[in-house]
Amino acid sequence: MAEKIATREAYGETLRELGHRLDKIVVLDADLSTSTRTALFAEKFPLRFFNLGISEADMIGTAAGLAASGYIPFVSTFGVFATGRVYDQVRNSVAYTNLNVKIAASHTGLTVGEDGASHQTLEDIALMRVLPNMTVIVPADARQTACAVEAAVEHKGPVYLRLGRSKVPQVIPPGLPFEPGKAQILREGQDLAFVATGIMVGIALQAAEMLDQEGLQAAVINMHTIKPLDRELLAETARKTGAIVTAEEHSIIGGLGGAVAEALAEDYPVPLLRVGVKDVFGESGSPQALLDKFGLTADNLAAAGKRAFQKKKG
Amino acid sequence: MPAISAATLEELRLKARQLRREIITMIYRAGSGHPGGALSVLDILVILYYKVMQIDPHNCRDPQRDRLVLSKGHACPALYAVLADRGFFPAHHLKTLRKLGSILQGHPDMRKTPGVEMSTGSLGQGLSAANGMALAARLEKARRRVYVILGDGEIQEGQIWEAALTAAHYRLDNVIAFLDYNGLQIDGWHRDVKSLAPIVEKWQSFGWHTLEVDGHDYASLLEAIRRAQMNKGAPTMIIAHTIKGKGVSFMENQINWHGRAPNEEEYTRALAELEN
Repeated sequence: MAEKIATREAYGETLRELGHRLDKIVVLDADLSTSTRTALFAEKFPLRFFNLGISEADMIGTAAGLAASGYIPFVSTFGVFATGRVYDQVRNSVAYTNLNVKIAASHTGLTVGEDGASHQTLEDIALMRVLPNMTVIVPADARQTACAVEAAVEHKGPVYLRLGRSKVPQVIPPGLPFEPGKAQILREGQDLAFVATGIMVGIALQAAEMLDQEGLQAAVINMHTIKPLDRELLAETARKTGAIVTAEEHSIIGGLGGAVAEALAEDYPVPLLRVGVKDVFGESGSPQALLDKFGLTADNLAAAGKRAFQKKKG
Repeated sequence: MPAISAATLEELRLKARQLRREIITMIYRAGSGHPGGALSVLDILVILYYKVMQIDPHNCRDPQRDRLVLSKGHACPALYAVLADRGFFPAHHLKTLRKLGSILQGHPDMRKTPGVEMSTGSLGQGLSAANGMALAARLEKARRRVYVILGDGEIQEGQIWEAALTAAHYRLDNVIAFLDYNGLQIDGWHRDVKSLAPIVEKWQSFGWHTLEVDGHDYASLLEAIRRAQMNKGAPTMIIAHTIKGKGVSFMENQINWHGRAPNEEEYTRALAELEN
């Protein structure tokens, strides 16, 4: 397997690279620049980097002011502080105004690890996705993160980028085009489909491989953009496979699973199982131990795949 | 700086009376709104929009324009009256305040109203946005300034103090803030609800240059603004002592006029008081 890289690392590197090309990019952080990797940008462009200290609400508002003056601000902190803590600031100063602010959360989900539940946001996708004007992107690996950061710059309007702390393998084939709102088919299959996002994409590919050993052909869709959701591909996948399993490192309420359930119920109802965190908080532990405990594993996904396939058979 | 002439003062007073009539009319027609705070903040807006700010209503997206953020967004009828009078949009829109489809929302919406620089209404957020605009001006080495008006009750919001630290830390001397210090918030006098005292010392200790003025006295306001413009290395907070409901005797200092519209009889009486 190729080298593992954390998506936050790819974010920091891409930002630094874009900083050379685009002088309208400015970066704001709230005393976590070493962790969020915005420090890479700060070293190169100290005048375009603003540390707001431990004041996330102020950071979001300051970014809105910079965006209102034509800049493209990237604001970074951990996911919990970038969404729930500043929900009203994101809602009123960024989403309602439709300002060109990019919120890049570096630590999200269970794989924040040892810091525990207070720092493991499992509801950020839900919070951001419900806001009008907001685009929500969850890259699957480092290479895709670079694409997503570039796409966020291209897009006019607010974007929430959900990144991760832990190193993850490269799972997206190089050269596969990335377009926000256009999901990617990573594997074809007619028996069922995994619709996954973020780090669960790689795990879904492993699960599909396991099912293949047992004679089941599972498609794997990388739903890297939760909003706007690629409803067209989703409905087509439901039609072709007849059974869907969603996979996300997030609550099964309101995130990818919620979004897919809403869309499929209207567009093409088929048996659906949601794999994610089941309406509970996380806890301290190593990222892998947490993924195991909360069932975000290839084994568990494969088992869900079989159940979904059985449900389809009725 | 030339002293403000008697003729200019009289002109501003007449203008303010006209704008106060428009505020009252707008809120009366809308059937809801916030007359108290709109009347207390109006004279600050008048001095800024008629004597201070570098703006061109016919080129309202000019990147080099001065900015104003009305952080206490509920006072927007005052801003709307001023913007219409300065020609940012036709005055007939004032009749549509708070009505379905209007460009004049119940709280300011920068995407709907020409001349509104920042959507506000959820209190506590405007100073951060103003700081961002000021940082942008500095990055461009531009001389434009950012004016921001805070309500006194509003500064009970924690984000204001986060932003106060930011403006001081980044030495944003292109930020000139006003505190519309009328003493009242919805549930009463803020000394009873949650005290802000000592107000001047608070801002000073946060690293701000402070000035205190009568917020209805144009000469004092103008002088304070000129001093703020000359101040280097720190943002300025002009604590403007104001009267909630200023200009309508039965609304002055009356908290029940924070957020309600006059009935027909009250409307008629208010207009009579505001006749030139």
